[in-house]
This record gives sequence, structure tokens and C-alpha cells, in this order.
Amino acid sequence: MAPLLELRRLSKRFGTFAAVDDLSLEIGSGEFLTFLGASGSGKTTTLRMIAGFESPTAGEIFMGGGSITALPPFKRDINTVFQHYALFPHMSVRENIGYGLRMRGVPAAERSTRVTHALHMVQLAELGDRSPRQLSGGQQQRVALARALVNRPRVLLLDEPLGALDLKLRKEMQLELKRLQTQLGITFVYVTHDQEEALTMSDRIALMRQGRIEQLGTPQDLYDRPRSRYVADFIGDTNLLSGTVVESGEGRVSLLIGDVRLIGVSDAPLEPGAEAWLSVRPEAIRVANAAGAGSPHTADGNGLNAKVSELVYAGSTVRLHAVLPSGQRLVAYAQVGASLEPGVEVQLTWPIERGRCVAE
Amino acid sequence: MSRSEGGRALRHTVLDVIRARPALRTALAAVVPVGFVTVLLFLPYLLLLVHSFWRLEGGAITHHFTLENYRRLFGTTLYPSTIWFSAGIAIRVTLLSLALAYPLAYVVAFKVKRHRKLMYMAVIIPLWVSYLVRAYAWKIILGQSGILNGLLEAAGLIDQPLTFLLYSRWAVILALTHIYTPFTLMPIYAVLEAIPPELKEASHDLYASRWQTFLRITLPLSLPGVLAGSTFAFVLSMGDFLAPQLLGGNDSALMVSNLVWSLFGVAYNWPLGAAVSVVVLLLTLGLLWLANKVETAMSYAGERADLAGQRVSVAEAARGRR
Repeated sequence: MAPLLELRRLSKRFGTFAAVDDLSLEIGSGEFLTFLGASGSGKTTTLRMIAGFESPTAGEIFMGGGSITALPPFKRDINTVFQHYALFPHMSVRENIGYGLRMRGVPAAERSTRVTHALHMVQLAELGDRSPRQLSGGQQQRVALARALVNRPRVLLLDEPLGALDLKLRKEMQLELKRLQTQLGITFVYVTHDQEEALTMSDRIALMRQGRIEQLGTPQDLYDRPRSRYVADFIGDTNLLSGTVVESGEGRVSLLIGDVRLIGVSDAPLEPGAEAWLSVRPEAIRVANAAGAGSPHTADGNGLNAKVSELVYAGSTVRLHAVLPSGQRLVAYAQVGASLEPGVEVQLTWPIERGRCVAE
Repeated sequence: MSRSEGGRALRHTVLDVIRARPALRTALAAVVPVGFVTVLLFLPYLLLLVHSFWRLEGGAITHHFTLENYRRLFGTTLYPSTIWFSAGIAIRVTLLSLALAYPLAYVVAFKVKRHRKLMYMAVIIPLWVSYLVRAYAWKIILGQSGILNGLLEAAGLIDQPLTFLLYSRWAVILALTHIYTPFTLMPIYAVLEAIPPELKEASHDLYASRWQTFLRITLPLSLPGVLAGSTFAFVLSMGDFLAPQLLGGNDSALMVSNLVWSLFGVAYNWPLGAAVSVVVLLLTLGLLWLANKVETAMSYAGERADLAGQRVSVAEAARGRR
């Protein structure tokens, strides 16, 4: 199927600074795609180019097969939910929501029906006659959403829409946004710096770094198969052990970390002698008391001996901080009630495919 | 104990007493501004009001209460029609000032990307030039042997200097517009600049063209500034005195302030002059009150704080983006 939206070799420079640098991406119809990245990574600039607020320095944007690069925002079948909602302060909630329909010349009767419907959709049926300033942040957010969705755009852009809400409300809205998106079948292009938000909602995530896509894939791709140290570090919690590549081939890489040889999996072969990291998620690590026992697993390249430095109680589990003989640190989860205490020698092992070898 | 030591001790005692009493401290701090306003504002107005009820008898002001001045004021057509005429001039000046100031404020606020502060200063700079100089400048421009006539003659468009340029109501309107346009511009500019750019983007995003966005978003949100600017232009030019004096013709040298001036000066009829002043003062206060009412009714009072808040966060977002 042809993509609904296509960004082709898109660049945006502000003076000498490349905010977006030769970015290409295809977004499918009905997809929930998230641009994830730190501030300054180019995610918002990309979104603003899709909306038409910024014109690209180079490259093209296609929608439904036709180029929309030169179209002003008001001629694009795209609507935006702004970070700070940008509700019109001199209009009521209903007038705000009906604004787009009015500009498109939708007759008053139909407009009224659709606005009412949109208000119900975001559960604000009672508040249509209020002024935006009489609403809470969460309610304003819903009005902004309704104002965009009522137009039934083919693409909805969301620029950190939940950034100003508190944590609990944010979690609720995440689920609601996902529900709306699935129900309406509208393509969502979402910008956030919150990796958890991205993992929860997205079909695919484009992790941005310095104006380029560092990695594009499903949340699980990015979490389980990070292609670089940056991605492994950005998405979720992980242990990054730095070392030197000894040999690599057939999807396996052997690393020398301190004086221990560890084996990890990698999609790309790595150059022997190069600097690389082994990324192991804390939840993949099994903790065993090493007192007296030998260390049979360390020879297999997927285990280490370490000394417990700290135990942090976290409800269902205990976060265990350990120090390797080389001085590198590691975090793992231990069972509550395990006979562990700071200073004890432990053996840390993990399934070999859970150790990812990545370069910078 | 020497005298100077005693004086110092007393001073310390007084200061201690003041320090110990916050209420006294506040009262002392208030004395100067309150006194200033009382002596220089309220007392003169009170005197004016009192004078307007006094009587002029044989060239002397007698302190007998009378309504005669007001009766005379409204009994002839001269005074009301002069007030009316002045208001007419002021309305024209206001409309012209708006027509000049709004586009200028719009361009400086939205279109000028670099040196915006400088542009704004350039617009405001006429305010730093003496009023008299600016009024006289128009004499030089519009006079019989003035710059404009000189140019027209040099261009061969006229043989005789045009005499209707100077000493006419249009000369007065022109000069007043020139002098008071910056006052109209300032509040408009302030309001326009406070509109978050996100709102215009949101409007474009919702299919509104640039013109529709102006009509439905920018213009309504800038109305409080327009109102404030219009009030400035109207009130200031209504009470103006020098421009009609210097540039007015037979039909226009007499605005209400000139009338008051001649009543007080030439005619030595202070009571009548005071009565005219009181009427004009009440009209002006009424107008200011009305403007204030309308502005409150437009009810952006609350939103303006929001707008400012939004603006800060938008600026932060923009910084984050770069």
C-alpha cells in the first residue's frame, strides 16, 4: 500500500544550524508514528514542516501521492494539536471547536451537530459555552483535540500535547489518545521527548538525534534491538558495559570488558578493536549468590561476577546495584527476601540474546 | 553633653519610633505622593469647580453662588458648538491616527524580524521632539512660501502659492494627527506583540487564510489596544490648544481650549471659563469611563494574563526547538 505521508530528503537549516538533516520517512494510513528525541533533535521542526508552519530548506513532502511542500497550512488536510493548546481566548469552547468547519464553509446546522459530537467524544459535553480560560489544563487539552479532530483530517499532528499535564492525567490521556486514534483510524504523527509515552502509544517510533532518524521501528524493535548505544540508552533503563570488540560474525560479537570476555548479539558486524558497548536490560539479569560456587556461566560469555554495592527496595522487587572488578556498575532486579546484602559476591547471568552489542 | 550630640540622640529616638511602627512608616511614605496629588491636582480642580459657581460683577469676581455661568454656556450656541466642533476635529484626528498607527504597529510587531526595537523607537521618537517644534514644522511645510508650495512650483504644477494649505482646519487635523499618532500606536503595538504566534498558526492550521486570520483572531484580540489608543488620540487632541492657535484658520482657530484661554485671559471672565472647563472635563471623564467599561466588557482582562503566560511558554518552546 502506498504511504499516506512521505518525507523525502527533508532538511531545514536555521543559519548554519541543521535542525533537520536529510530526513526521509514514509508514514502509512492509520498509523501512529512518534518522533521521539531530546530537545533540539529536530522532531518539532519536522512536525512544523509537515503542518506547513516552516518551509523546508530542501526536500519534499508528499501526501496521498501529491506534493504538499509548497502549500500553506490552511490548504493542507492536516490538523495540529499544539503544545500549549493555542485555544482562541475570545471564543467559547464551541466556537473554538467549530472554527475549522466555519472556515471551510460547513453550514451552521451541520457544524453544530459535529461540534456537539466532538464535545461528546472528548467528554466535555457540558462545557461547550465556557470560555477556554475557565477550563483546567486537561480540559483545554481535550478542547484542542476536539478542535482538530472535528475536521476529520487525514493526518493529525500532536506536538508534545501532554507535556503540561501532571503524571496521572498524562497516563489517562495517553490511553484516551490511543483509543481515539484506533477508533477513528486517523494517522497520528506525535512528537514527544518522553520515551515511555512513545513506547505506550506508537505503532512505530522514529528516534531523532541531531536532525536525523537514529532508528526507526516498532517500540519493541527499539527496546529489544537497539542499533546504537544512543538508542539503547535513550529507550528504557539499561546497563551499558563498555569494552573492545574481539571478534564478530554471524550475528554474534565478542567483547572484552575489563578482563572478561562477553558475547552479545548484533544485527551489524562490528570491527575488531573498535569500541563498543554491551547493553543488558536490568530485568533480563538473573541474580544468584556466588558464595562458594564456581562461575560456570561466565565462560559462556553471558554472565559476570560482581559485588553488591547497594540494595534499593522498590515494592515488588529490589533494585540491586553491583560493581564489577573493573569498576563498572550494573543494575539488576532481585527478589524481595533474597539473602543479599551490600558486600556480598553475586553471579549475574542473562540469556545470550538479551545482551545487545552496539557501537556509538 | 554637647548640642550636636543631643541632636543626634533625638534623631535616633525619632527614627526608632518610626521604625517600630509600620503604620506610621506607611503614612509617612504616603504623605509626599498624596500631598503632591492633592496640591497639584485636586485643589486646582476644586478651585475650578468653585469658580464656575461664582459671579463676575463689574470686572471683579464675587463669591456668590450662581448657576448663571452654566445658564449662559448652554443658552448660546457658541459654547456647545465650539465643544462640538472640537469633538469633530478630535474624531477626525482619531480616525486618521488609527489608520496610520494600526498598519504601522502591525508591520513593526509581525513583519519586522530584525531591529524591531529600533523600528519601534523610530516610530516613537517624534515624542521626544518638543511639541512646539513639531507644530511649527507644519507652518514651515504648509506656509505660502513653505516647502510644499516651493516643491509644487518647482514642479510647475502651480503658478501661485496655494493659500488654503495653512490656517485651515485640515492643517490643524494634520498637525494633531502627526503629534498624537505615536500615542495611538503604543498601546496597539503592545497588544499586538502580546498575541502568541501560536494562535495565528492554529488559525492557519484550521483552514483560515491570512486575511480571515486577521479578521477573526488578530483584530479582535487587538481591540483593547485600539480602544486605548483611540482614547488617547481623542482626549489629547480634543483638549489641544497650540495647534489651532498656530495653524488654524478663521473657521478653526477656536477649539474649546482656545475658548477657555481667551475667557480666562482676554475676557477676564474666570467664572465662565471655569464653567466651560468643567463641562469639557466632565465630558472627557465620561468618555474615559465609557472606554474603560467597553474594555472590561470585551472581557479579555483575564485572558491577557493567560496570553502573556502562553507567550512565555511559546518563547521557551522556541528556544528548546533551536
